[in-house]
Amino acid sequence: MEMSLDINFINQYIPLYIEAAKLTIRLGVIGILLALMVGFICAMIQYFKIPVLRQIVAVYKELSRNTPLLVQLFFLYFGLPKIGIKISSETCAIIGLTFLGGSYMAEAFRSGLEAIEKIQLESGLSIGLTHAQVMKYIIFPQALSISVPALCANIIFMIKETSVFSVVALPDLMYVAKDLIGLYYKTEEALLMLVIAYLILLLPISVIASILERRLRYAGFGN
Amino acid sequence: MEELEKLLELRHIHKDYGNGAILKDVSLDIHKGEVVVLIGPSGCGKSTLLRCVNGLESIQSGDILLDGNVISGKKTKWSEVRQKIGMVFQSYDLFPHMTVLDNILLGPMKVQGRKKQEVQEEAEKLLERVGLLDKKNAFPRQLSGGQKQRVAIVRALILKPEIMLFDEVTAALDPEMVREVLDVMLELAKAGSTMMIVTHEMQFARAVADRIVFLDDGEIVEADTPENFFEHPKTERAQKFLNTFLF
Repeated sequence: MEMSLDINFINQYIPLYIEAAKLTIRLGVIGILLALMVGFICAMIQYFKIPVLRQIVAVYKELSRNTPLLVQLFFLYFGLPKIGIKISSETCAIIGLTFLGGSYMAEAFRSGLEAIEKIQLESGLSIGLTHAQVMKYIIFPQALSISVPALCANIIFMIKETSVFSVVALPDLMYVAKDLIGLYYKTEEALLMLVIAYLILLLPISVIASILERRLRYAGFGN
Repeated sequence: MEELEKLLELRHIHKDYGNGAILKDVSLDIHKGEVVVLIGPSGCGKSTLLRCVNGLESIQSGDILLDGNVISGKKTKWSEVRQKIGMVFQSYDLFPHMTVLDNILLGPMKVQGRKKQEVQEEAEKLLERVGLLDKKNAFPRQLSGGQKQRVAIVRALILKPEIMLFDEVTAALDPEMVREVLDVMLELAKAGSTMMIVTHEMQFARAVADRIVFLDDGEIVEADTPENFFEHPKTERAQKFLNTFLF
């Protein structure tokens, strides 16, 4: 197949992609931060086996992980107004992304916490530390360094998931690409720019993640 | 022993997990400076007894007193009590993300709020005493099992506990490393530390103990001096147990 790219077209619409990327980054970052918070709280509830809340978290995790973000967004954007709750596109996107990512982050935190043997807690207590101090100085630092690879993978996963935001009428990267294709039939150019835009967003995160992983593994445990 | 001050008193301790008793009416006094070695078959409750003493396990009835104060009640401030009760476990329980020195300093600094400089001097003296001063900046992963256990002993000692509990501290060690840990414990005993030791090392038990307490099936079957216990065990259960160590 012969492919000739229209360089002028690409140059002309780069600013549109930059604007869209800004939106993707902004909503992505907010969603990720909120998901980290939700995930941490859920992991704590499960780790300390808090009754009732623990069951709620379990249901939330199943719901969140077994429904596509697309469906979650449809529900928020088209479903809720039917019962009188109307929220903006951006709020929908942030809630949806947080709802989805929170369960994955919870799982990442939980796996780190559960990897720490009970003897660490007991030996911390045996030198007179309180439960809170044991968590702060002994359990969290170790658990977190175990969780980092999974947390980073989740961050990348969440940014990729932002590509469905266009269904709630948000001009994100995917939206711009679809728009350009629909308007000008410049499929190759629009998609190429889309791929490149996502790579520019995600590759640095990937690199930082692997550096972070190595740092934590070696510096933390003296290997 | 009568004239010595009672440091730890166990009065009619009863513990069960719901399916049979782990400890049945265990009473035992430990005096200041005394070394008591608990021996008995696996699952007899000796480790559980140690864990009850520093509150890692709860008891259903009975009292535990330290310096005459009940510590088995619900209102016990364990953070304070545990500074007086040092404990070393079977598995190497150092904090893997901290250096040897940080492992040792964590308790004094965070629990007792002492200054790093002053504690560090003490820590280094103790490390020297167990022959590990050159490892102070090493991470646990870089140490052998025996070295880790010696650090764990120092980590407990730095809080200046009134009594030290040792829960099978050599059981997970390679044979050639057992000696170095036992030597440290023997030295502590000679220096007058009060100790409660659970071990399967019979020779060591004999060498270190002021008193041997033989537990079987959750109860104290026999308590005597090492000479009497090893030479002339009174009960059949003790004789049977000791026979398993003869070839």
